[in-house]
Amino acid sequence: MTRRPAWLWGAAIAAFLFLYAPLAIVVLYSFNDSRLNAQWVGFTFSWYDKLWHNEEMLLAARNSLAIALAAAAASTALGTMAGFALHRYKPRLLPALVLATIAVPEILMGVSLLIFFVLLNITLGMVSIILAHITFCIGFVALVVRARLAGMDESLTEAARDLGATPAQAFRWVTLPLIMPGIVAGALMAFTLSLDDFVITFFTAGVGSATLPLQIYTMVKIAVTPEVNAVSTLLMLLTLTLILIATRLSPSVLRTEASR
Amino acid sequence: MERRALRKWLVGGPPLAYLLFFFAAPLAIMVLASFRVPGDFGGLAPLMLEKKLNLTTEAYAALFSDFLYARLFLKSFAYAALATALCLAAGYPLALLIARSPRRYRDLLILLVILPFWSNFLIRVYAWMTILGPQSYVMRALNGVLGLVGLEPVSLLYTPAAVVVTLVYVHLPFMVLPLYANLEKHDPALLDAAQDLGAGAWQRFWRVTFPLSLPGVYAGAALVFIPAFGIFAIPDLVGGTGGIMIGNVIKQQFLDARDWPFGAALSLVLMASAIALAGLAAAFGRGARA
Repeated sequence: MTRRPAWLWGAAIAAFLFLYAPLAIVVLYSFNDSRLNAQWVGFTFSWYDKLWHNEEMLLAARNSLAIALAAAAASTALGTMAGFALHRYKPRLLPALVLATIAVPEILMGVSLLIFFVLLNITLGMVSIILAHITFCIGFVALVVRARLAGMDESLTEAARDLGATPAQAFRWVTLPLIMPGIVAGALMAFTLSLDDFVITFFTAGVGSATLPLQIYTMVKIAVTPEVNAVSTLLMLLTLTLILIATRLSPSVLRTEASR
Repeated sequence: MERRALRKWLVGGPPLAYLLFFFAAPLAIMVLASFRVPGDFGGLAPLMLEKKLNLTTEAYAALFSDFLYARLFLKSFAYAALATALCLAAGYPLALLIARSPRRYRDLLILLVILPFWSNFLIRVYAWMTILGPQSYVMRALNGVLGLVGLEPVSLLYTPAAVVVTLVYVHLPFMVLPLYANLEKHDPALLDAAQDLGAGAWQRFWRVTFPLSLPGVYAGAALVFIPAFGIFAIPDLVGGTGGIMIGNVIKQQFLDARDWPFGAALSLVLMASAIALAGLAAAFGRGARA
């Protein structure tokens, strides 16, 4: 007997509508031939064209991509090491630190890093943003990689060792290829987390280092313009593509995301 | 064994060092900063003054003596708590339906819950600025209905109501996921047994399903409440002057007012209350499981 009465369907469908309708409106209005975000007037690509000629926005997009690439590369390396250490060596301090970076309110991490960078005389800008993004990405990569390792057949590594492989060889030729999907998924996740971050970037950014989310924030704060719809649509398309690939590679991305 | 210890440090050492330096140290420095004195031009005054540590509890004294901040904390608590309750009301049926769907559809449905959540946070807030804007279809329809029953038209954008609605929207998946994880594990035989014993649908839900799902409820509540409590971007963008929360004041201390010790103290009190509430939720969760 299935216990899914009509009211349950109704409530669930309403909840899905609530989740998707606002985003659908953003996408729809990005093609709307009106300066006001209020009423459908007609179809146009002009907001995308405007975007293409908006120097500030292009700079922000370049900054965002550079930051996300650098942060993803570094946090994938460090996060993979952390995930491996968590799984293999059961360290004491590392798990607490990894979980703390995920659990601590974002505003706290942003503010504490702002104080830290200023006291160390690190100029706020691209470098400080990248260092901050690496900090909050490591934990997510570590959890995805650890989940992949936990699902791996340990006897494969043991067999390699029995056959005379050194630990390094066993890692390079047996473990690493097996956990590669997890590492790639972790890297994609780190890339999107960095690309999407607003709060921590807000506190660690300086002059000329605005990222896309910061640029969107500034634009929305001053005046709502349909250009924001266009850039939002493009950004959504990019992150959704990346995350769907990551989820395909490693389903644990979903579970890790739940803990964010 | 020696070599294993060496490998352990080679692999675990670098991420540990990075997190100690860029995560733990800044937090520790922030704790210290909350006891320091603000500088003349913002930031912090020198730590040593005439060879003595220049530390004070003034920031905390100011925080606890001014009723304004207590009220702001209470207001933030109220907004976050209301958003949590509404997330529970909207998320529970969704989680229940997914948990009772055929196994092969469950992953897809859960993915559909998470997917909107992967769009940028600001985009999701901005979407509500469009929906709640005075000229939007939704607001015109709402005010049309209000006009029919003889009420004054309302505006929602830049009010506390907009803050709560947007908080619910942004945090809903946090509620659905732990609820689903819990509900999915329920044994359907329990419901059959309850039915055999004569329990109606209403009783089966309130006396079997809901009590069993309490750990999921508490976990979801903590996951929604904690980030909602400290948020500043949502009140900043949709709350107007009436909707500001504690996060906005923290932001102000660091960017406009430049009183860092006070901002640090506010952030730490925020974190302490969030941890206390999460601990409470965890304790309730354990109690519910036992």
